[in-house]
Amino acid sequence: MKNQNINTQQDYKYGFTTDIENIRAPKGLSEETIKFISKIKKEPKWMLDWRLKAFNRLKNLKEPNWQKPKYPKINYQDLYYYSAPKSASEKPKSLDEVDPKLIETYKKLGIPLQEQKKLSGIAVDAVFDSVSVATTFKDELTKKGIIFCSISEAIREHSDLVKKYLGSVIPLTDHYFATLNSAVFTDGSFVYIPPKVKCPMELSTYFRINASETGQFERTLIIADKGSYVSYLEGCTAPMRDENQLHAANVELIALDDAEIKYSTVQNWYPGDKNGVGGIYNFVTKRGACRGKNSKISWTQVETGSAITWKYPSCILQGDNSVGEFYSIAITNNYQKADTGTKMIHLGKNTKSKIISKGISAGKADNTYRGLVDIRKKALNSRNYTQCDSLLMGNKCGAHTVPYIKNKNSSSIVEHEATTSKINEEQLFYCNQRGLNQEEAIGLIVNGFCKEVLQQLPMEFAVEAQKLVGISLEGSVG
Amino acid sequence: MLEIKNLKASINNKDILKGLNITIKPGELHAIMGPNGSGKSTLANVLSGKNGYEISGELKYQGKNLKEISIDERARKGIFLAFQYPTEIPGVNTNNFLKTSLNKVRKAKGEKELDTLSFLKLLKEKSSELGIDEKMLSRQLNVGFSGGEKKKNEILQMKILDPNLVILDETDSGLDIDALKIIADGVNSSRDKKKSFLVITHYQRLLDYINPDFVHVLSDGKIIKSGCMELAEELEKKGYKKIN
Repeated sequence: MKNQNINTQQDYKYGFTTDIENIRAPKGLSEETIKFISKIKKEPKWMLDWRLKAFNRLKNLKEPNWQKPKYPKINYQDLYYYSAPKSASEKPKSLDEVDPKLIETYKKLGIPLQEQKKLSGIAVDAVFDSVSVATTFKDELTKKGIIFCSISEAIREHSDLVKKYLGSVIPLTDHYFATLNSAVFTDGSFVYIPPKVKCPMELSTYFRINASETGQFERTLIIADKGSYVSYLEGCTAPMRDENQLHAANVELIALDDAEIKYSTVQNWYPGDKNGVGGIYNFVTKRGACRGKNSKISWTQVETGSAITWKYPSCILQGDNSVGEFYSIAITNNYQKADTGTKMIHLGKNTKSKIISKGISAGKADNTYRGLVDIRKKALNSRNYTQCDSLLMGNKCGAHTVPYIKNKNSSSIVEHEATTSKINEEQLFYCNQRGLNQEEAIGLIVNGFCKEVLQQLPMEFAVEAQKLVGISLEGSVG
Repeated sequence: MLEIKNLKASINNKDILKGLNITIKPGELHAIMGPNGSGKSTLANVLSGKNGYEISGELKYQGKNLKEISIDERARKGIFLAFQYPTEIPGVNTNNFLKTSLNKVRKAKGEKELDTLSFLKLLKEKSSELGIDEKMLSRQLNVGFSGGEKKKNEILQMKILDPNLVILDETDSGLDIDALKIIADGVNSSRDKKKSFLVITHYQRLLDYINPDFVHVLSDGKIIKSGCMELAEELEKKGYKKIN
């Protein structure tokens, strides 16, 4: 195996690799690969059939190319679709059995997995390349009837739930990357919150890409049954490599009557180096269905990593009075590119949606907000409020806002506000004059700019995210 | 404290300061008066280190060459500028900003950083001394502040940061008489043997309250006359044109 690490760059502190023996699927995308994945995960036949159906469909689909960031053609036959530490091929039954190397890796990432050191109040599912290697707090959650496990485990053990909901928000045939994911997805989290249960802690998944030449195909499914509540978080990091790696995830959320799901992402995939070499292609489909009346789904994303971020976490507001929210910070520096936003599809009556997007571009980066607000004929008395703010640092970066608004009934109201500003010299001077150096001043001003979004994050993560915002922009001015 | 010899400054090839001399000793309060466009604000900017100026001449603070020191380092070394137009920084809490700033300055002095509780105690003490409503401090920095509130906030920051050299850039302009008194009280209560003040103003009004040791008249980038309080009174009567 080629050693493709770049050790010269120091500012991405999660760029290390873990030297661990892997089991891999044969290279390339084929029926054999899919069968390999399904077999190693001991999946029931219906799951394999589902995958193969997606694979057949994929043959007739083309990669979309309407997005702003262009990328070189991906050779799908030159990728590994499954790579997992040998020691984790059978998921350890208890945390004590987890490979110390993996424990060490997560410790370095700030995620302690061992029993005595677990993060208080946060249950973690740790996904390493293609497998979930550990899940904490399982027993406590089980007592409340909450299911929190890897999707692979759920397919085997909660087959009825998975069968009922998988693909119900993102259809098998949705678009190229979603269909690709449906064929080859490897791991991710599964959450089920029973009726009237308020999940007593934050649930989170930490995604780590480690192996080279490997794509990560995450699949996450969260179901909040009637009257329940859950707050879920995901974090992501990857080693520094001069190749581009693909992370193509599908995330589906389902909220039934009076249920609420709060989904937060702090995405810090390797962004590539200062010259734009390497980095993750983060092509992700995230969609939530507010299926029941009075249900609510809220997406919060802090996107600081990846060479290209291309995603639109969306809400389908089916239930009457349901609410969809999207809070986003997308930071692009150096040669990073982002084309991100949301879709709010209003189907039910009195449905409400709110979009707050903060885009920050520095260096030679390019940042696009693209969003759709679609209020259908029967969605009477619906409302949308959208606010898109862009902040530019320097004069070589770009910011674009592409809102699509469709309103098919006259009782609904749509509001859209957008601003673009440059980081202000007077603000920097003021902060400098009060003793803050250039980077501290930028961190402060940018965090102020993002405040409405940052305050949506659960406390522990808001602090992390604030630091990350500062670090991502280091060296971008002056 | 501050020694300026033959200071020249230009911006975009336009000469603004044309050979300015002034020496300020510890404990002294100097007032600089002058008409619009005479270079008053440029002097404040140059002293605090603002970018964009071509500078020549001698500029010494506590015996050190200021030209080699960055804006933020000057601030940490005790130079404080009360801005003529304090800028708004949305999303940044006034309290938190002040705490960050104070801890930067304390750290540079080798003092222990203050935790939130002791900071809030200090803030309460200083703001009540100045008669500032604490509610203002939980708002976003200068956002939606009235002109008077912005200036009071500058004086509060001066009180808390406890600098060595204070530059007030037309802090009195646009203030009603009550706000003006608060500003003057803030300055007077801060005066001691170690602290120096450079008060830039258009009018005698503020000087009546703070009683400067020296008054200088700045015109066309040079100090054309120096004296004491009587000079300010004369200016108020005759206007700038008659002084020469």
